[in-house]
Amino acid sequence: MNYRLVSGFETHVELATASKIFCGCSTKFGAKPNTHCCPVCTGQPGSLPVLNKKVVEYAIRAGLATHCTINAVTHLDRKNYSYPDLPKAYQISQYDRPLCEHGYIELDSGKRIGITRIHIEEDAGKLVHERGFTYIDYNRGGVPLIEIVSEPDISSPEEAREYVEKLQLIMRYIGVSDCKMQEGSMRCDVNVSLSQDGVMGTRTEIKNMNSVTFIERAIIYEAARQREILEGGGRVEQATLRFDEATGETYVMRTKEDAQDYRYFPEPDLLTVVIPQEKIDEIAAHMSELPVQKRARYLSLGISAQNANLLCRYRAVCDFFDACLKADAGARHAANLIVGTIYAALPTEEDKEAFALPFAAEEFAKLVKYVDGGKINFTLAQITLSEMLKKGGAVSDYIKEEDLAGISAGELESLCIQAVAANPAAAADYRAGKHKAIGSFFGYIKRATGGRADIKAAEQVLKRLLSD
Amino acid sequence: MSGKIARFSAMLARGEVTSRQLTERYIARIQKLNPVLNAYVCTTFEEALIQADYADGLIKSGMAMPLTGIPMALKDNICTEGLPTTCCSKMLQGYRPCYSATVWERLKAQGAVLLGKTNMDEFAMGSASETSFFGAPKNPADISRVTGGSSGGSAAAVAADLAVYALGSDTGGSVRQPASFCGVVGFKPTYGAVSRYGLIAYASSLDQIGPLASSAEDAAIVYDAIRGSDVRDQTSLPSAGGPTPLECDISSLTVGVPQEFLGEGVAEEVKQAIGAAVCAFERAGAKVKKVTLPAFEVALPVYYIISCAEASSNLGRYDGIRYGFRAEQFGDIRDMVIKTRSAGFGNEVKRRIMLGTYVLSSGYFDAYYKKACLLRGRIRQEFARVFGECDILLTPTSPTTAFRLGQKPASSTAAYLADICTVPASIAGLPAVSVPCGIGEGGLPIGLQMIADRSRDDLVLACAHFFEGVAEVKTPLCREVQL
Repeated sequence: MNYRLVSGFETHVELATASKIFCGCSTKFGAKPNTHCCPVCTGQPGSLPVLNKKVVEYAIRAGLATHCTINAVTHLDRKNYSYPDLPKAYQISQYDRPLCEHGYIELDSGKRIGITRIHIEEDAGKLVHERGFTYIDYNRGGVPLIEIVSEPDISSPEEAREYVEKLQLIMRYIGVSDCKMQEGSMRCDVNVSLSQDGVMGTRTEIKNMNSVTFIERAIIYEAARQREILEGGGRVEQATLRFDEATGETYVMRTKEDAQDYRYFPEPDLLTVVIPQEKIDEIAAHMSELPVQKRARYLSLGISAQNANLLCRYRAVCDFFDACLKADAGARHAANLIVGTIYAALPTEEDKEAFALPFAAEEFAKLVKYVDGGKINFTLAQITLSEMLKKGGAVSDYIKEEDLAGISAGELESLCIQAVAANPAAAADYRAGKHKAIGSFFGYIKRATGGRADIKAAEQVLKRLLSD
Repeated sequence: MSGKIARFSAMLARGEVTSRQLTERYIARIQKLNPVLNAYVCTTFEEALIQADYADGLIKSGMAMPLTGIPMALKDNICTEGLPTTCCSKMLQGYRPCYSATVWERLKAQGAVLLGKTNMDEFAMGSASETSFFGAPKNPADISRVTGGSSGGSAAAVAADLAVYALGSDTGGSVRQPASFCGVVGFKPTYGAVSRYGLIAYASSLDQIGPLASSAEDAAIVYDAIRGSDVRDQTSLPSAGGPTPLECDISSLTVGVPQEFLGEGVAEEVKQAIGAAVCAFERAGAKVKKVTLPAFEVALPVYYIISCAEASSNLGRYDGIRYGFRAEQFGDIRDMVIKTRSAGFGNEVKRRIMLGTYVLSSGYFDAYYKKACLLRGRIRQEFARVFGECDILLTPTSPTTAFRLGQKPASSTAAYLADICTVPASIAGLPAVSVPCGIGEGGLPIGLQMIADRSRDDLVLACAHFFEGVAEVKTPLCREVQL
C-alpha cells in the first residue's frame, strides 16, 4: 500500500492590539488574574460588544500578507457552546463569511500551501487548576484572535514545520502578533490523515499544539499510528486528539459521536462590517516588507544567502539591520558582525527574537563604517563589539578618535622590520619557500598596534621585505 | 392640558413642592398599594430620597432639566449599579450589576429619582407578567385581572400612580400590550433609537426600551431624555437634537387601517373602539385608507422563531458560575450547570430556550431560523409598501382587554396569540405606541396602537398626543387602589 500524509492546519493567532476585540480592556499578557476585565468581557447581563476597528485592520493585513481575497462585506456570528471559561456561553466568531479567503503561503521549495480562510474571533478565559480547586481568569477573554485555516496541502512533518515558521514570521513582520507559542499567542490544531493510493483517509485533529518541535513529533507519531491501524486492516476513527508532550503520544479527547452543534447564527448585537476598497488599498500601501521581499533585497546587497536567512528569521534583527543600513553601514560587514558576534551573545531563540541590545543600531553602524573605511580591521571590530555587548556604551568609549588615524606607511614599514627581526626563524622559513610562515609576523603586528594595523597592507610590506 | 411631568416640573420650579416631598408622597402610595398590586419587586426608597435631595439642589441652583426630581421606576431587566436587577427570575436572585444601563445613566444625569424596580415576566418572556418569580402584578383597573406583559409592573405602577413614569422593554409588544391593559401610554421607539446597553437581553434584534407614562407628552419627554446613539451599543442610532415636536397637521395625514389586524379573534368592543378612533382622525381631516399586510399571518411564527433562537443564546450565560443563583447540591461543573439551570429558570423560559435551541440546530436551521429571517425581510417590505401609501397605521394593541389572572390558556400557542397585533412592528423595528382609546366591559381599558415608518417616532407621538386630546379616556382604577 502506498500511503501519503495529508495535513492541514487551523492556527489561532492572538492579535497585538492594545485593547480587546469588543471592549477597551488591555490585552497585556501576564497581569494579575481578572484585572483586565469589564462588564463586556466577563459577559455581564445586558452588556454589549463593540467591534474594535484595529482588529479588522490587523486581520486584513494578515489576509493581504497571505495573498487572500478580502471580503468587503462581512459579519460576525455567534458560536454557541457552554464552558466555564466562556462567560457568554457563546464565542463571537465568523462562520459563513470570513474576512479573508483563498490565499496561500509559499514554501522555499516553491510549493504553495493554500489558505482557505482567515476569520476574526474572541479568545476565551483560562481555567487555572490549583490546590484541588478550579479558578477562572478572564484576562484573556475577549483578546482578539485570527483563525487561519489552511488547505490540507501539507505532506510531510518538515513541510508542517516550515509552514508554521513561515506563518509565524509573516505575522511578526507585518506586526499583527508576536506569535509566541510558549505564551499561547499562537496555537495550532493539526489535522492528520493518510491517503491511500490517492483516496483520502479519515482525519484526526490534534488540538492546541504550542511548539513547532512537538507539532513535528505529533505528526510523525500520529501518521505512524494511523498507518499501523490501516495496515492491520482497521479503520481510523474520526477524533479530536491531544498530544502528550511527556510521552510523545496522542490520545483521544472526544470522538465524532460527541461532536458539538455550535448553532451558529449572525451576531445581532453587531452591525455588518463593510470595508471600502480604499481602506484595503490604504492598508496594503502601509504594509511592511514581507520575509520573502526582505530576503531578496538583502541578497541584492551582496549578503550571502545563509546570512540573509539568518537575519530574516527575526523581525527585530531585520529592524536593527535596516536601521544600520539607513545609517550608511555596509551590508556585508554589518551582516557578518550580527550573525557572528551578536548572535553568539544571544544564544536562545527568544533572545534573538527580542534582540535587546545595550546600544543603538546607529552606534553599531559607526563601528561597521570604521571597518568599511579600513580604519579598523574586522577582528578589532569583533573584539569591540563583544565588549559593547557586555558593557554597553558608545563606540567612542572603546576606540579613540586619535587611534583611528591609522598606522602610517612609515610606521607600518618599521613595524614590519621589527617583526622580521624578532622572529628570524620564521623569516628563514619563508625565504626557504614556506610561505605560510608569513602568518607568524601578523600576531606581532596586531599585538604591537592593538589590532589597528591593516594586515593586508602589512602583508604586502612583509612580502617585499622578505624577498629582498 | 399639560402632562403630569410638566405640571410637577413647574411646581418644583416654583417651589410649591420639593422633590423630597413629591418622592415621599410616592413612597407612601407604594407602601400602601404595592402589597395589593405587586407592581414593584424591589423598592429603593433610601436611594430615592438621596436622589430627591440632589434634584432639589439642582432645582435651587437653576440647573433643572425636564425630568429633574420626578419620581420614576425601571423595569427589573434594566441594570442599575449596586441595586438588585433580577429579570424577575430565580436565576438572578441577589444579582447586583456592577454597572448601570445607558438609559439609567442618562436619566440619573437629569436628576431622576428612582423609586424601585418593577415586576415583569421572567426574562421578559410572557404577555401577562405571570411568569415572574415574584408572582404576577395586578391590574389597577381590576385586581383580578392581569396587567399584561412583560412590562406589567411598569404599566401597573404608572396606572396606579405609583410612579410618574416608568421604563419598560418591548420585544414583541411588552411595553404596548401592558400599557393597553392598564390604560396608560406605552411607546416602543424605532429599533436602535434607544441604547440597549444594560438592558438584559431577551432577543437582541427585537429588544427596545421604551417609556410608559400617563400621556403622550410625558412619553415624549422621557423618550427625549433617553434616546440617541451610544458608543456602547453599535445598533443604536443617532437622533435629531431638540425635543420631539408633538404638534402635527392631522388633516395632512393618510391613516392606514390594516384589515388583518381586525380579523377573527379580535373582540367586538375592541373593533368598535378602534373604529371610533379612526373616525376621530377622519373628523380632524385625515384621509383614511384600508390597507392589507398579507405577511401578517406569518408574523407570529417568525417572531417566536427569531426571539427564541436569540434567547437560547442570550440566556446561555446563566450557569451559576459567576453570578446569580447556583444549585446547592452538585457533582462536577457540568452537573452544577445543569442543576442550576434546571432549578433557576421557570417553565416558560425553559420552553423558549428549548425552542430556540431546536430552530438553530444543524438540520433544522434552514427550515426554521433561516426561513424566519427571510420572512422577516418580507414583512419589512410589506410595511415599506404600506408606508408608501399612508403615514400612520391604526390597529388594536391587543385583540382583547385584560384577561383574568391564572386563566390558563388552552395552549402555549393560544397564549402567544395575545401578541399578534404588536409583533409585526417589532419584527420590522418600527416605532409604535399604545394609547387608551376606550373602556370595555368590566371597566377594562382598550388600547389603540399606532405604527409609523422607521424613525418616524415623532409622528407616532404626535398622533398619540392628538388622539388623547380628542378622546379623553381616563385611566380607570378599581376600588382597591383608590386612596
